Amino acid sequence: MIVSRKPLSLAERFYLPAVANGFKVTWRHFRRTVFEGKTAAGETAGGFHPEVPWKVEPGYRGAPYLVRDQEGHTKCVSCQLCEFICPPKAIRITPPGPDGQAADRKNAEKMPRDFEINMLRCIFCGLCQEVCPEEAIFLQKDYSLSGGSREEMIYNKERLLALGGTHSGTQKWKHKLEEAKAQEAFPVKTP
Amino acid sequence: MSTPTPFLPPQTAPSAETIRVKVDGRDIDVPKMMPDWQGKLQPTTMLQACQLAGVEVPHYCYHSKLPVAGNCRMCLVEFGTPMMGPDRKPVLNEDGTPKIARSVLPYEPGTPRGAIACATPISPGMELYPSSAATRQMREAVLESLLINHPLDCPICDQAGECKLQEYSVQHGQATTRFVETKVHKPKVVDLGPRIVLDDERCVLCTRCIRFTRDLVGDDKLGIVNRGSYNTIAAFPGTRFENNYTLNTVDLCPVGALTSKDFRFQMRVWFLKETPSICATCATGCNVTVGSREEVIHRLTPRENDAVNGHWMCDHGRLNYRWVGRSDRLAEVQVRLSSGDLQRSSWTVALDRVAQHLRKATAGSVAIIASARLTTEELFLLRQIGVRVGAIMDSVPRRGEGDAYLVHADKNPNMNGARATGVVGAEPGSQLPRIIEGIRTGAIRTVLAFGEDLVKAGCPAESLGRLEMLVAGDILPNATTARAHVVLPGCAHLEKRGTFINAKGRVQRFRKAVEAPGDARPEWEYLLDLHRALGGPSGPDNIEGLFHWMAREVPVLAGLEWSRLGDTGVTVTI
Repeated sequence: MIVSRKPLSLAERFYLPAVANGFKVTWRHFRRTVFEGKTAAGETAGGFHPEVPWKVEPGYRGAPYLVRDQEGHTKCVSCQLCEFICPPKAIRITPPGPDGQAADRKNAEKMPRDFEINMLRCIFCGLCQEVCPEEAIFLQKDYSLSGGSREEMIYNKERLLALGGTHSGTQKWKHKLEEAKAQEAFPVKTP
Repeated sequence: MSTPTPFLPPQTAPSAETIRVKVDGRDIDVPKMMPDWQGKLQPTTMLQACQLAGVEVPHYCYHSKLPVAGNCRMCLVEFGTPMMGPDRKPVLNEDGTPKIARSVLPYEPGTPRGAIACATPISPGMELYPSSAATRQMREAVLESLLINHPLDCPICDQAGECKLQEYSVQHGQATTRFVETKVHKPKVVDLGPRIVLDDERCVLCTRCIRFTRDLVGDDKLGIVNRGSYNTIAAFPGTRFENNYTLNTVDLCPVGALTSKDFRFQMRVWFLKETPSICATCATGCNVTVGSREEVIHRLTPRENDAVNGHWMCDHGRLNYRWVGRSDRLAEVQVRLSSGDLQRSSWTVALDRVAQHLRKATAGSVAIIASARLTTEELFLLRQIGVRVGAIMDSVPRRGEGDAYLVHADKNPNMNGARATGVVGAEPGSQLPRIIEGIRTGAIRTVLAFGEDLVKAGCPAESLGRLEMLVAGDILPNATTARAHVVLPGCAHLEKRGTFINAKGRVQRFRKAVEAPGDARPEWEYLLDLHRALGGPSGPDNIEGLFHWMAREVPVLAGLEWSRLGDTGVTVTI
């Protein structure tokens, strides 16, 4: 179908109706903001960022932080899968090595000596969380990260753990240990 | 290292007589007999036939250099044999082909039965089905059984990434377990010896470690204790697993049961860059793979070369790599000022100073100490320089304890290279007393020491002070570099390319695994510059060209080509 174009009037050719309509919109916003005290941000989020923080919905992919288990132990076992999967190579883990500090919970054997995330490199893709076999790293709700220098934006293990909080999980290493202890006594108790 | 032991069996060729079998429906002629772990000819097994046909048969306990145990059952393969009538004549199909009887359970003829491929010899006309549904089903069942009590602690297991259990689980395993009972728990983090940690829960009881240490090393220290599902690998009570070859069991272990204390929790294996190289701890020259990440060496593992080290290497050589990353490595070119202080300089200035001095030096007043830890190419260049300036040359011999397996009494990796290039005569070190005496009396006024500490070699430190010019090319600081007029930082063999000639005369090439620190340059690079500055031909600029130049000049190496050396080397007669 061919739509025949309506010939423009002289006023239309000088953009007069378009300009008038534009002013109408501008005036409407001017009136609502100045005389009625209403704003789009105020109506949807209750105010402007950063005075009023943006409400983060569940499932949002913010900054990745390390979490502790319900007993306050480091969950990360330094398996380095997140370091491997990380597309922008933002994660760098220093493994404990043969002489490093043992894990702070029994039976897990291993935890990272250091765990660094370069938040300037991080693209918040969530692959680290997805790949983690220990449920030790989660993308959390922080979306506004700032720092005075590049070094400051490389978060180390202590900082990531402090920001990450607690995540209660199954505590598989603890259960394995309990299971093993139960077997030392005969008859073996089964769950 | 004279007579072949089971540790290094003689290289036997398979028999010329062949047998025709079918692997996955394809006809293939395989040798009737093939060498076993001791190099003796034995009937070819189904597993070897499948390997020759290019079909991989998963296995844990089988290893080409260990006695066959046949206990893991992973290599079960369905097969068929030509049917034989009561008249002992083959039964034929309608089209004239021999009728094949598939292997079945004797009491349940409908059920296929496999045979362990590692220990079942082939027979003429046999058909192997390593990819059939029945074979797959058997593998899945065996794998499920092996995983029943496996702890699945891959996140903390050093073997993860090079674990056969992981690999076969991906191919044949199931996503979830059907096992609802409690797993049997066994000892974890068992201290087996000074270099080995054992995790019994991860063990699949393939007994490779037991067979290696009992049958190859002759140090019977490991065994299986307890019964049934409580089977546990352990060192015999009151003994420690501490011979010089224990770490080979870590490589042999198909799972993460035996792990190295040295490599424990250092780096995940999938990050490691693997570079083929040579161990430089003794004159055996075991082939190794260097595992490094971001210019840090994390481990050495033996690389297969049946002419040199088989699949193995000694623990001492394997752990002798930490010094490469030492923080006090020489990383600056230094030149001594007239005030007596060493000052950082550049390669151009330092080499200029050496060349200027050498041009003025009279024949007989120069001595060159060339370490037999340098590459053959570097020794060749030093020889060229030595001839040009009329220098007395020698190397420092290092003798130590050898053993019947892989450790050689000569602790220099390249004394044969020094012999071939003419740096040393028949008796290495015979010129040393003359050189030391010459330094003391003042007859020798210039000394070039490469990779050797003169003070350690027996030259009094105060007589070094009398030299007009002492050039020290080395890797780590020592008493000689502290007194040198020119310090030239060099590279460890893991940081450069080149060749060593081992005690048996095998010319072996190695590659560069990591970068050298700071200003350090491979010795052959700056020796080429120095040789040119002394009026030598412009010559090649790369290691390949240098090797070919050397092969033209050195009779022992005549006709050799860099590319022909490959990764396993070529034997020459010294």
